[in-house]
Amino acid sequence: MEQKSLIKKITGSREALLFCILIALGVVVTILNPTFFSPTNIAQIFRNNAIIMIMAVGMFCVMLTAGIDISITSTLAFSGMSIGMLQKHDIVQSTLLMFLIAMGIGCIAGFLNGLIISKGKVAPIICTMGFMYIWRGMAYVVGNSSWASGEDVSQFAKFGKDGTAGPYIILIVVYGLFFVLMKWTKFGRKIYAVGSNAEAARVSGINVDNVLISAYTIMGLMAGLAGALSVSIYASAQPNMQYGKEMDVIAACVIGGVSMSGGRGTIVGTFLGALILAIVAKALPLVNVPSIAQNTVKGVIILVVVIVNVVSQRMIDKQNLERREM
Amino acid sequence: MKRKALSVLLSAAMTAALLSGCGGSSGAASESAPAASEAAPAASEAAPAASEAAPATDAASEAGADAAAQATGGADASGKTFAIVVKSAGNAYNTKEEEGFKEVIEAAGGTVVVKEPEAATVDAQITAIQSLISQGVDSISVAANDENALQATLEEAMAAGIKVNGFDSKTNADSRMTFVNQAGTQEVGQTLLDAVYDLTGGEGQYAILSATSQATNQNAWIDAMKSIAEGDSKYSKLELVEVAYGDDEPQKSTDQTQALLSKYPDLKVICAPTTVGVSAAAKVLQDQGSSVKLTGLGLPSEMAEYIGADDAHSCPYMFLWNPIDLGRLAAYSAIALVNGDITGAVGDTFTAGDMGDYTLTDAGDNGSEIILGPPFKFDPDNIAEWKDVY
Repeated sequence: MEQKSLIKKITGSREALLFCILIALGVVVTILNPTFFSPTNIAQIFRNNAIIMIMAVGMFCVMLTAGIDISITSTLAFSGMSIGMLQKHDIVQSTLLMFLIAMGIGCIAGFLNGLIISKGKVAPIICTMGFMYIWRGMAYVVGNSSWASGEDVSQFAKFGKDGTAGPYIILIVVYGLFFVLMKWTKFGRKIYAVGSNAEAARVSGINVDNVLISAYTIMGLMAGLAGALSVSIYASAQPNMQYGKEMDVIAACVIGGVSMSGGRGTIVGTFLGALILAIVAKALPLVNVPSIAQNTVKGVIILVVVIVNVVSQRMIDKQNLERREM
Repeated sequence: MKRKALSVLLSAAMTAALLSGCGGSSGAASESAPAASEAAPAASEAAPAASEAAPATDAASEAGADAAAQATGGADASGKTFAIVVKSAGNAYNTKEEEGFKEVIEAAGGTVVVKEPEAATVDAQITAIQSLISQGVDSISVAANDENALQATLEEAMAAGIKVNGFDSKTNADSRMTFVNQAGTQEVGQTLLDAVYDLTGGEGQYAILSATSQATNQNAWIDAMKSIAEGDSKYSKLELVEVAYGDDEPQKSTDQTQALLSKYPDLKVICAPTTVGVSAAAKVLQDQGSSVKLTGLGLPSEMAEYIGADDAHSCPYMFLWNPIDLGRLAAYSAIALVNGDITGAVGDTFTAGDMGDYTLTDAGDNGSEIILGPPFKFDPDNIAEWKDVY
């Protein structure tokens, strides 16, 4: 009994359910194709989806405040293109500096989003839609009809090369940091408070604007980091990189149980949601789903997982209510 | 803001081109047209896909200029005005085509008018062609953004006595007199299949990593590979295990390549006829130290790191065509059309300077075409020279 409540404290039942779905998915795929459950394959799942997973952390923060950010992959492209060009023209070659520059660009982009949304009272989807075009366009301007790839970024690409620990370390650090931050710090609780009820949060003395700005800045920071990582992992910086992937990031959060209306969700759920999506992406080509049908199957799986999640959540709530009545 | 400023500049330049065209001075028009092209590096469609991208060298262009000067002694273009309409501004591939076109025409004494639409749309090309008609140029060479939508405008041009010459991207047969094709579907299919044959040692499994399942030219090449393989017993021991689609996304192409490797342990070769796919696959194979070899169509600058004859490199060689040569051949065929050496009928022949003799063949759509030749091969010996060019 004691132990069960501890597990519950850490994960919450919703995460436990997601974990079950994850296991079930893994088992099904492994039965269909035994090569799925191999160390290399598992490692590749994390590496290929590190970018989505990292941005999901930022999106989690933004969605907790009842917001949304659809400019993230444009921010990613702009920061990625910027460091790509810096390498192509041999201006900067230090890997650490590349990451810092990309993260800096991301921070600025996120800060601008937060500023306009909080102080300007612009709807998040509208504001970030504007920046979606702006940063994507800037990525083309910076690139000036050229790409940075292959030899241009070969030094930087060593960091994200298959078999190196770099991307995994970044993943662990980001998730570890945000697990602590969101669960056990004042800052984390403030984000939850603003998302649940902004008015109540304001009355209780929380500076709502600052919380919003921080949440979008975190999102921008993650997008910048993902931009650098993307260039490193794929050894390629193109202005159209990760185009349309913001939907995958939002889907990861939604699968993970983060509420679109704010205030609800956990970092563990986000992680599991992103992982389910990653497994689906990895598994579909492996289990002989025809290429042209893969997106359809992916969409169906996302919907089914979300529906199962929502229905079971309702049952849990109902049970809790019944228990209270007694 | 920057984009807006650019488009304002562009429209101003276009208007200028139009006005001077109406004034009847084609010389002035050709001066203002390059201004339009300079003002529009907005590059909305900048990333060149395999179908659009290709290599070229400065050396080749210099040599071309010399050769053209000698070779066009017979094909005189003096006093004539030749227009070239590319797909869009801001794409280095298009710039290379223009470069080749200009060399030949100018060496033959003709005047060149370049039109670069600010975006790769049909509307922008129609506007450009209409201004060329009113300028009264002698020939229009166009890389069409749509196969059918230019028909009315181009028919109007031909009715006005202008020779219409397609290149790079086809218009339908009614909208053109002939078409300069960068690579015939059969030639690309044959070249890729032979590469697969060579790399597998004549037998074994191979897979194809394509872009999207709707990409017309990708599908045509893949179909050509399949039909050639079926029709010749030489290829009977080759087994195509799967056509995977990476959607020209590095991430998805990476996933698909890894899936191919784990699904088919006996796979020998992956063939990726798309620039994004080929570089993503090259990286996966090289990072994993896989014994699977790669070939396909790719950009030299993207692929330089992966091309090598030893086991440390994943791609022994790959292919693409040369946009400068394409522009040059388009220029020669435009001159031949204007001088009446060819009429656009199948079987017509003409001499394209140092490029040799070309025959107009059946394009399969009731029109004729001129095929540039087989794709150009990039291997460890020449990649160092080409990677800085493209």
